[in-house]
Amino acid sequence: MLELLSDFVGELRAAGIPVSTTEHLDAARALVAVDLLDRQVVKACLAATMVKDDAHYPAFDTAFEIYFSTVSRAAALEAMGEDDDAADAAAAEGTGGRGPRGQGGGASSEVDAEALAAMLLKALMDRDHASLAEGARLAVSRYAGIEPGRPVGGTYYLYRTLRNLDLDALHAKLREMAVTEGGLAPGSLAERLAHDAASGRVEKLKRAVEAEIRRRLVEDRGAVALARSVRKPLPEDLDVMHATRDELAALHRALVPLSRKMAVRLARKRRKGHRGALDLRRTVRHSMSTGGVPITPIFKPPRPAKPEIFVIADVSGSVASFARFTLLLVHAISSQFRKVRTFVFVDGLDEATRFFENAKDPTEAVNRINTEADVIWIDGHSDYGRALTLFDERYAQDVTRRTSVLVLGDARNNYHASQAWVLEDLRHRARAVYWLNPEPQGYWNSGDSIISAYAPFCDRVVECRTLRQLEAFVGTLA
Amino acid sequence: MTKDTTAPEDLLGLDHDREARFDSPAAVADALAAHRYLADESIASVVYLADRLIKPVLVEGPAGTGKTQLGKTVAEALGARLIRLQCYEGLDESKALYEWNYRKQLLRIQAGRGTDDAQVDWHELEGDIFSDEFLLTRPLLEAIRSTEPTVLLIDEVDRVEVETEALLLEILSEYQVSIPELGTLTATQLPMVFLTSNNTRELSEALKRRCLYLHIGYPDIERERAIVLSRVPGVSTALATRIAEVVRSLRELDLRKAPSVSETLDWARTLVVLGRTEIGDEDVADTLHVLLKYQSDIDKAAKELLGARR
Repeated sequence: MLELLSDFVGELRAAGIPVSTTEHLDAARALVAVDLLDRQVVKACLAATMVKDDAHYPAFDTAFEIYFSTVSRAAALEAMGEDDDAADAAAAEGTGGRGPRGQGGGASSEVDAEALAAMLLKALMDRDHASLAEGARLAVSRYAGIEPGRPVGGTYYLYRTLRNLDLDALHAKLREMAVTEGGLAPGSLAERLAHDAASGRVEKLKRAVEAEIRRRLVEDRGAVALARSVRKPLPEDLDVMHATRDELAALHRALVPLSRKMAVRLARKRRKGHRGALDLRRTVRHSMSTGGVPITPIFKPPRPAKPEIFVIADVSGSVASFARFTLLLVHAISSQFRKVRTFVFVDGLDEATRFFENAKDPTEAVNRINTEADVIWIDGHSDYGRALTLFDERYAQDVTRRTSVLVLGDARNNYHASQAWVLEDLRHRARAVYWLNPEPQGYWNSGDSIISAYAPFCDRVVECRTLRQLEAFVGTLA
Repeated sequence: MTKDTTAPEDLLGLDHDREARFDSPAAVADALAAHRYLADESIASVVYLADRLIKPVLVEGPAGTGKTQLGKTVAEALGARLIRLQCYEGLDESKALYEWNYRKQLLRIQAGRGTDDAQVDWHELEGDIFSDEFLLTRPLLEAIRSTEPTVLLIDEVDRVEVETEALLLEILSEYQVSIPELGTLTATQLPMVFLTSNNTRELSEALKRRCLYLHIGYPDIERERAIVLSRVPGVSTALATRIAEVVRSLRELDLRKAPSVSETLDWARTLVVLGRTEIGDEDVADTLHVLLKYQSDIDKAAKELLGARR
């Protein structure tokens, strides 16, 4: 068991969750204190002792499902007793426990497609977990076509199974049944609730299928190998430029708490450190309790000036998602700045500040930038040189010593002229000029990237591929 | 530590000789349920572990999901005294740990001066004014010195500065407080400690490492229904089910502030007071402001949930 635990800790660390040795020890102690046969309790124990951030739960869940997936009661006891290879023991138990119906291609003829669909529908309607799991097992046998030994994470199997199950039709059927049963009026609240309930149930089926596929893959290749294939970076370490749609959604969710934390941190940083002038009135008032001796002097809270931020963002296709996140973050903490002005460009340049002014929600403003801002001049390929020249013509006079200028982009200029003199000029006017490049440093200056032409005129050129890097940078601004 | 402890206790590496407060996670859940707090599996397991491993619990999660209530209910269930330290920015050792009552000390010194033998031995006087009598105990010290069973609740720990967090470390890991003039005060009984955080900033690694971590999120639909049923008197099962369904649907929407459990309970109470036994579209439209606290959220929810009507 201890060996299984240290393998598991190794996997958590590989996934990016920091688990210290003390926490590892705590986990081991916790396992001694609880009933190992209760899987949920074991899971809660491991989470409580080793995972100290709720953003890390998804990664933990995945790892847990893999390492402790088929460990049935007997196998858990066995693993405790001897230092067997836990995964092997688990696999053996798993196949034994599920009766004569095996897995793999042979099972496909057992049930025909309609019977399976009907069975799943019934299981979902009755919220019957056992038959749902059974249905998922049959569905995977029938549709996934798992090939033993292939080093994959199972996404493709999941896709194949779900496509054949036709979840949309299932969803529609579930909803229809609820509507006709209850005689619900279309468009009413009740109908909407039925819709959401159906979504929830279909989601359950999805998860059951996923769990089943994962279980089979563990049996096939062992926990350690599978964990390596399905390991995903934590949201803060995702590469923003190459994120998939789901990953973008995860990033988005991570952004909200992040910006709230940053706002608090920056506000505190500003208030702390040097104190303001002596507050005479309050000092004298306070000295009353010590017989007129001013033992504790009281100071006025300091009010240092807030910086001003100009963001110049490339919003062309290649770096759009990066610009989006940076703008969201900067605006989410805009209360920490005196003023934030936003300029967006592709080969034309437009000021986008107006979109943020009346928007309650920065997301909405960013969406409006994509549709309404006037950034295309000729062909819609990035032209940094022209954008900078336009900025110099129209807005450069507003840049003062209090302004920090942020340029966001990969500096892939499609072989246009660089016009780097604009940055040189800006650097003289502004407090600082920063360039945030969402590309890995290794790619800089390859192909049409001309970052080296601009770099001499920037105070810092920062690689900004992940939310973590972005956070670290923005933290230094205010 | 007694030598005849059972093997698991030895393995736990605990050097405190004491009885367990709970037998199993299930016992925790039952005890809390008796005080109308419905714990899910992970809450019950973590509370159980906190008792067995003698470790503080750091509870995080969205506002209004019952973090503080957990601490309070555990105290109730154990019949222990609840000592609460509300954290805020600027909290310092004199508010959290202890303070010398310097006014009383001054009085003591001045009282000595009046008499003839004014120049009493200074050392005697010093020993006198730095004694228990002149010590004002603040919540943390209080929890350590209390002789009865205690639950210490450190609320919204994320509000104190990182430096102030260090004050907590000694008490969290060793259950002791060091006072320069008096020496180290060790706990007479080990309090159960709960820390809550609203996650407005990252807590230090040192603090997190010393605690068990528990994240209380929004409950699933069945548990929410059970919570409504147990905490709102006079609510029917059908109404509670419908309430839980509506709230679940609301949380699926992309809102600025999703409704929390406490808001669900407020809404349930509102509906009961209004004498509703089921929820029509109009009821939702009229009472949405109990659940949602931003006008933009209310508009959005009305449009999404009652869309076709308005």
